[in-house]
Amino acid sequence: MVTSVVNLVVVLAFAPFLLGVINKTKAFVAGRNGPPILQGYYDLGKLLRKGFVVSRTTTWVFLAGPVLSVVAPVVAMLMLPLGGRPALLSFTGDMILFVYVFALARFFVATAAMDTGSAFEGMGAAREVTFSALAEPALLFGLLALTRLSGSLSLTRMLDLRAAGGWQKASASIVLILASWFIVLLAENARVPFDDPNTHLELTMIHEVMVLDHAGPAFGFILYGAALKLTVFSTLLVTLLIPVRSGIDALDLAIFVGGLLGVGVVVGLVESSMARLRLVRVPQLLVTATLLAGFAVVLLVR
Amino acid sequence: MTGTAGRTRNGRALALRDVPWLPPAAFREWIVRGVCDGGRRVAAYFGATREAAGDEAVEGVPLYAVLADDTNGRLFVARSTSDGATFESVVPEVAQAHLFEREIAEQYGIRFEGHPWLKPVRFHRSYRPGHDAWGRSWDAAIPPGVVDFFRVEGDEVHEVAVGPVHAGVIEPGHFRFQCHGEHVFHLEIALGYQHRGVERALMGGPTKRTMPYMETVAGDTTIGHALAYGHAVEALAGAPVSARAHAIRGIALELERLANHVGDLGALAGDVAYLPTASFCGRLRGDFLNMTAELCGSRFGRGLVRPGGVGFDLEPAHVERLESRLAVARTEVTEAVELLWDTPSVRERFERTGTISPDDAAAIGLVGPAARACGIPRDVRHDFPAGIYRFVHVPVMTAHAGDVNSRAYVRWLEIQQSIQFILKQLGGLPTKGRDATVGAMKPDALVVSLTEGWRGEICHVAMTDAAGRFSRYKITDPSFHNWLGLALALRSGQISDFPLCNKSFNLSYCGHDL
Repeated sequence: MVTSVVNLVVVLAFAPFLLGVINKTKAFVAGRNGPPILQGYYDLGKLLRKGFVVSRTTTWVFLAGPVLSVVAPVVAMLMLPLGGRPALLSFTGDMILFVYVFALARFFVATAAMDTGSAFEGMGAAREVTFSALAEPALLFGLLALTRLSGSLSLTRMLDLRAAGGWQKASASIVLILASWFIVLLAENARVPFDDPNTHLELTMIHEVMVLDHAGPAFGFILYGAALKLTVFSTLLVTLLIPVRSGIDALDLAIFVGGLLGVGVVVGLVESSMARLRLVRVPQLLVTATLLAGFAVVLLVR
Repeated sequence: MTGTAGRTRNGRALALRDVPWLPPAAFREWIVRGVCDGGRRVAAYFGATREAAGDEAVEGVPLYAVLADDTNGRLFVARSTSDGATFESVVPEVAQAHLFEREIAEQYGIRFEGHPWLKPVRFHRSYRPGHDAWGRSWDAAIPPGVVDFFRVEGDEVHEVAVGPVHAGVIEPGHFRFQCHGEHVFHLEIALGYQHRGVERALMGGPTKRTMPYMETVAGDTTIGHALAYGHAVEALAGAPVSARAHAIRGIALELERLANHVGDLGALAGDVAYLPTASFCGRLRGDFLNMTAELCGSRFGRGLVRPGGVGFDLEPAHVERLESRLAVARTEVTEAVELLWDTPSVRERFERTGTISPDDAAAIGLVGPAARACGIPRDVRHDFPAGIYRFVHVPVMTAHAGDVNSRAYVRWLEIQQSIQFILKQLGGLPTKGRDATVGAMKPDALVVSLTEGWRGEICHVAMTDAAGRFSRYKITDPSFHNWLGLALALRSGQISDFPLCNKSFNLSYCGHDL
């Protein structure tokens, strides 16, 4: 229990570092120095100290968006086994809550975007909900496959592949799930090839354009929430991919964090090596992710 | 109507009395027949004050048109007078004149009858107090961008307005999209926020300020505009320029093209989030700018071109340094740019995005790489050679698809040609000749000076009064022709592709707004 809490605190503090790793990887590939690896923390510190302006046309929903975008990934993290230790919050069917707590946050972020009445933000909200609706089945199919494999409806047991002998029994399915979830990770976290986190061009953005009107602490919440969400999805991948438990708390945590860093590097390499998709092609890639996860299920039920 | 009267060449002075006066109907017919049947296009079309006509007896506002015949390298100038209030528009037949007529309407308060969309261009007061094409009172404020926009009505159709303040550090412009979801029906562009009054400031010149004005008409086209001005003054003053100065000017013009084309390819890669080319080209653009600094001490070429010659000579040590730097840059640019063509995800974004048909491109009179990307072999260096280009042939590079990929690829082809051109020039620079002294300019004369800047045809038309001072100086930046091309490229496209299309044209706001 104590280890689980320690792990949670470490991961909460680590999240902005992951963005730094991605940016450093991209800078390295491009032959630049890039921003400091702690830039995420500097940005948060700066934003939290700022004041902010709220448009008169907005309502309480406008501020609910940033709050929910931090709360949702924290709740999701409570349900995940971090560093090989059981989740703090675990019950039968928590995987459903895990998926839909993000949907709840998305609802509020999109509503907050439309609350401003800006044409850009409406466009961004439309894009975000369209694409996440397509990403959802991929995530759920993957969870379904793991449920079948582990015989459990709780994330702690589902993601612990040692108990079920997952890699021995169903390595093909797990590889498919990993591939599918990696695509979901990129889509849900507004990374290339779905979105360009660096662009300032309001007409092409998806996620960023929804939060154009948020400033100061509200935007800081959104940035931190985005870092947490990336960490949550990376946790899913790392927990599946490295089912090693040494029994030593510190070592397990180190392996886990090392895994997260690895995900950051891979995301950075993907962003360094390909262009963004044309917006009309995005659904095709998300459907591919769903099909991959679907095949994982099929392999397990045959 | 297509006789030899008013026929001239690029950079050749013409006595004003040799520019034929045509009655309004014949003038209109001359433009329409010349463009529709004669294979000519409108290079410039502008008004002037009565004094500038060199003929006080003229009533109303004189109008001048310059038609270019690309195939034969000929320019045709004619003039007419409007009654000072209205004139018949040529736009129904000659679409490419649409912005010129709007400009004349705004500057001289002449209403063009039959113009389908006669709106102000730059939101300034008329040059003729008391005459306003839209009947606005003389002291009324003219807020920029406040005009009617084309609207599409219907359920679920919505309007997206972008600018004039943008998210990035770029020039101001206002873009109005009529959309259905992600689909764009129509884009209308309103500029004029950068209007500085350059053309008015040039009247009565040249003065000490004239050259700095020319170098900042469009800051990224310093050499292009300075060269067009230089050729115009040299033609009017009859000053022969040494072969060495011509060569150095050519090197500078191509370096400017290189820096901008390389920067554009990097920015195009950046817009599709393809980092390797974006990062490398960003640095390489700086390298080419630094080579221009090697020539004259300014990265943008300020102070290099002077009427009569160049402000700085090339020492042998400079030549060697330039040659070696260029050779290194050639290898690096090739590596960086070929990544674009070898990466499927980039090709997928570039191809079939922002397509303009060759017919549309010809009808709206596109110039520069945007026209050549539609398969139109239009290049001033080839069609109307002046300066060094009379002696050294630069092949015209074209592509055929008219999409973002073609515009990018034409840039890449031109980069290779420009490097080759510069290396050839550096290898055989003519010996230092005597700098021409620029004397007084011919009175009552007119000269059309064309230069192929990196964006396309730069057209300067200079007219002198009886004292040999500028009575009218008309500048047409390539952006003036091409902004409509961007609007057409977006038709039936995706709104999310706008930044990419915009970058593939990379037009100047201040060059348009003057």
